[in-house]
Amino acid sequence: MNLADLTQMVLRPIGFLGLWASILLIVDLWIPKDRKTITGWLTLLGLASTAIVVAYTTGEDPVAMGGMVKADGFAYMLYYIFLLVAALTVLLSMSYIEKNNIERGEFYSLILFATIGMMGMAMANDMIVVFVALEVLSIPLYVLAGYLRGKAESEESAMKYFLLGAFASAFLVYGIALVFGATGTTNLEAISAAIEGGAANRAYLYGGIGLILVGLGFKVATVPFHMWTPDVYEGAPSVVTAFFSVGAKAGGFAALLRVLYVAFEPVTADWAPVIAILSALTMIFGNISAITQTSIKRMLAYSSIAHAGYILMAGVAGGQGALTDFAASAAAFYLVGYAFTNMGTWGIVMAVEKEANTNNEIASFAGLGKKRPMLAMAMVVLMLSLTGLPPTIGFVGKFYIFTAAIDAGYMWLALVGVVTSLISAYYYLRVIIVMYMQDGDVEADLPWTLSLAVGLTTIATFVFGVIPQSLLNIGNDLISGIF
Amino acid sequence: MLVPTSYFVILSAVLFTIGATGVLFRKNAIILFMSVELMLNAANLALVAFSREFGTLDGQIFVFFVMTVAAAEVAIGLALIVTIFRNRASIDVDDIHSLKG
Repeated sequence: MNLADLTQMVLRPIGFLGLWASILLIVDLWIPKDRKTITGWLTLLGLASTAIVVAYTTGEDPVAMGGMVKADGFAYMLYYIFLLVAALTVLLSMSYIEKNNIERGEFYSLILFATIGMMGMAMANDMIVVFVALEVLSIPLYVLAGYLRGKAESEESAMKYFLLGAFASAFLVYGIALVFGATGTTNLEAISAAIEGGAANRAYLYGGIGLILVGLGFKVATVPFHMWTPDVYEGAPSVVTAFFSVGAKAGGFAALLRVLYVAFEPVTADWAPVIAILSALTMIFGNISAITQTSIKRMLAYSSIAHAGYILMAGVAGGQGALTDFAASAAAFYLVGYAFTNMGTWGIVMAVEKEANTNNEIASFAGLGKKRPMLAMAMVVLMLSLTGLPPTIGFVGKFYIFTAAIDAGYMWLALVGVVTSLISAYYYLRVIIVMYMQDGDVEADLPWTLSLAVGLTTIATFVFGVIPQSLLNIGNDLISGIF
Repeated sequence: MLVPTSYFVILSAVLFTIGATGVLFRKNAIILFMSVELMLNAANLALVAFSREFGTLDGQIFVFFVMTVAAAEVAIGLALIVTIFRNRASIDVDDIHSLKG
């Protein structure tokens, strides 16, 4: 590797966003304290221009830094998801952080730095990059989780997230060390070649794969490594929860799928059943636990665990060429759908939430149907999408991911998915019932940026549910012939 | 005579297990944190040992990354511990339970 590698085209999106985030930190010093929204708009501008840079970089030679990164179509598809999630987060946070007096400029930069980590995860082609990107993603999130300074539950959430996140990273590093011991390399493609060559020490290899699954499983919150999720999601500021329920999950899955599909491809037959079982357990546990929740934030936390199970389903289709591409594309589509739906839902939670972390009971939504018919209508669409009912994007996402599982020979897993979706209808529809059938004096606070974000996500949830083809084609075009 | 790599791996596995046990059973946030560091350093030991066996530098380079990241984590972790201590005058994780879970 030499210095010229650092200026390679494919690194430009990530470099551009990094530069933007750093400049923003400095520019923010000159922005007066009561006008921090300007920083928010500058952040949005940065995200939008990064998306343009990404669009112009597509098609360049994907390999850079001596093979350590590989920004292929899969990475680009996920870049767009990350940028979308970050942009929606910024839009949602403008009014939120003002309302809660946590309007400090570094908030937006932290979001950008975490986004950079996610982009690194998506293009990682080497275990070292996976690890470093994971930390670049996680460390800003630890800070953001504790951003409501002085509030005990926010600090507690940050502490729990931090300790368990660091614990998970240690598992990941040890797993990488064992895989390195088995194969003598950290490059994903070289690991695959070494396993294929038959020289790999099986004990180290399987131990390593197991520990890597634990480490990344923590990040994406799959059972049995999910126990931090409800507490962290409940205590963190809602807008931050929204960000990491989608963004961190997408980043984790980007790396997890690539590591499984590329590095461990020769031993797919050994890990695919494990992934199937983890996925089934995650769907069952997440959905059943969500039923008994009374707090909407905890309910959405369990719902996000359940959704991690659905996305993990794509993992079982590894090592099968075109089918693997299809599964990766289905996972990406699912993530797009989840991004729209979940960000919108959190937007509504924030609208009903008066002060940070109050009015978070499902019962607080009583009467919303009468008081705010439009907002309640949006919530209905989003809840239907989370359940996976047509005509919403959630349905299309589930449809494709189940198809991928069935094609990979995991009929039973798809059945578990369908049954657990039915179970999930119980608690999602309960929110709708509370909104329309019960009386209450709910007050929704809707600044225009929040309405814009909720409106956009709801419309996207509905429109892409009716005509998903264009979005699917983008995914299929980008992710073909990669795995 | 060279010490066989497997000795180092066994030692690192033992250290890793001690660290993991510490995270699971100790109550003081600082000790939890030290246990995590022990786990990371166990991984570092394994990486260096394997690196010597293969005669490549990959593993040793990775160790530098792990150390750098661990330093960044220390900065964040200690900052969080300090803020919590200011509010509650305790860093016992059993006292941190305003969230059910």
